[in-house]
Amino acid sequence: MSILGLPLGLTPDQFLFILRGAGWTLVLSLFGFVGGTVLGLPLALARAARKGGLGSWLLRQGAGAYVALVQGIPLPVIMFVVYFGVSIGGFEVPALVAAGIAMTLWSAAYLGEIWRGCIQAVPRTQWEAAECLALTPAQRFVHVILPQAMRVAVPPTVGFLVQIVKNTSYSVVIGFFDLTYSAKVINNATYKPFQVFTIAALIYFLICYPMSVASRRFEARMRRA
Amino acid sequence: MSYDFDFAFLNEYGPDLWRGVWLTLGMTAASILPGFVLGTLCAVGRLYGPRWLSRITVIYVEAIRNTPLVIQVFWLFFGLAVLQVRIGAFPAAVIALVINVGAYTAEIMRAGFETIPKGQVEAASCLALTRTQVIWGIQFPQAVERVYPALVSQFVLMMLATSIMSQISAEELTGAAYQIQAFTFRGFEVYLVIAGIYVVMAAGLRLVLLGCATLAFPRRRRLGTPL
Repeated sequence: MSILGLPLGLTPDQFLFILRGAGWTLVLSLFGFVGGTVLGLPLALARAARKGGLGSWLLRQGAGAYVALVQGIPLPVIMFVVYFGVSIGGFEVPALVAAGIAMTLWSAAYLGEIWRGCIQAVPRTQWEAAECLALTPAQRFVHVILPQAMRVAVPPTVGFLVQIVKNTSYSVVIGFFDLTYSAKVINNATYKPFQVFTIAALIYFLICYPMSVASRRFEARMRRA
Repeated sequence: MSYDFDFAFLNEYGPDLWRGVWLTLGMTAASILPGFVLGTLCAVGRLYGPRWLSRITVIYVEAIRNTPLVIQVFWLFFGLAVLQVRIGAFPAAVIALVINVGAYTAEIMRAGFETIPKGQVEAASCLALTRTQVIWGIQFPQAVERVYPALVSQFVLMMLATSIMSQISAEELTGAAYQIQAFTFRGFEVYLVIAGIYVVMAAGLRLVLLGCATLAFPRRRRLGTPL
């Protein structure tokens, strides 16, 4: 029964403990990506808002300030701020929720910035042509711009997924039970850092590397097209 | 929700935060140049080196870029402890940061080298420059100038990433904040304050590095236009 961990000197139980952490890493990554999408898409739209009028200026500046702010704060600090912020609000929430909110706030800033670039990469004439066809602003965006922007957005978005998965490891600072945390616990128990952290690194690598490769493939394919 | 914000801790623990700021900046400053050198050497090795060297750099870059910094730091710090190598948290943090940022720099510099037009290399070899002279005298300066903004962003990200080094008991800014909140129970305020400090440091570092570009690149200095 020690096939799983024997070569690395771990018992199967310890190995499964680490794998359970890896499961929670995936859960938190999913939270981060879904939350980041929900918050990041409006951010991208606000950043790419058309010039003209105080409203759109406020939108652009506000979204820009948010992005600049979040990109200037380390993710562990965002985790702490959310963690303590939620608790002074009088809510008792599990670390997963605090970490999920922090990942959302963080990834939205980066995804918003990536997608703004993709929206702005669609030529202006597409907007103008859509306007000539008497489409409403919402229709112009959804039916004309979005499909074209999404094609451009795939490679950098998949690439950013790798960042999300890796950066969930920062949730270790608020004690969220993820792959990094479980590896740390096993290391404290066994004192075999090379084995334990090599296993953890391998699991991260197995999750991230395929996405890195996919991102590069998509990019190469687009360059050819 | 009624919560009384209390920033009184700043009086008593201000010096601790200040020390944390300096340690963070010191860690960053100590890592930037070695990281850049390592990354550039890897990029050159990958593009122009023999096949085995190229392979090694690919493995290094992919291994580092697809695993979290935290794991790399733990691997190094706790691993060295088991090997009976006594090393302080600060040097361990710097080594980890250099290895980490080196891999990212390698990718950025590789992109930079690849954008240099072939004509530059051909013209240089027509002037009887050796391969080494072409790489370091012709391609390298242009490559750096082209990817400089990306390098700056990467080094700013690295500065932010130092915040994880409190996990190996390096008392940088985030570590200092952790200590302070443990004494004062004012976690939210403490982290709000250091979030602000990080924003200022990130903006400052960006400004300083871009200022260096103006000094370093003659084209920018004399003509005011980047490449």
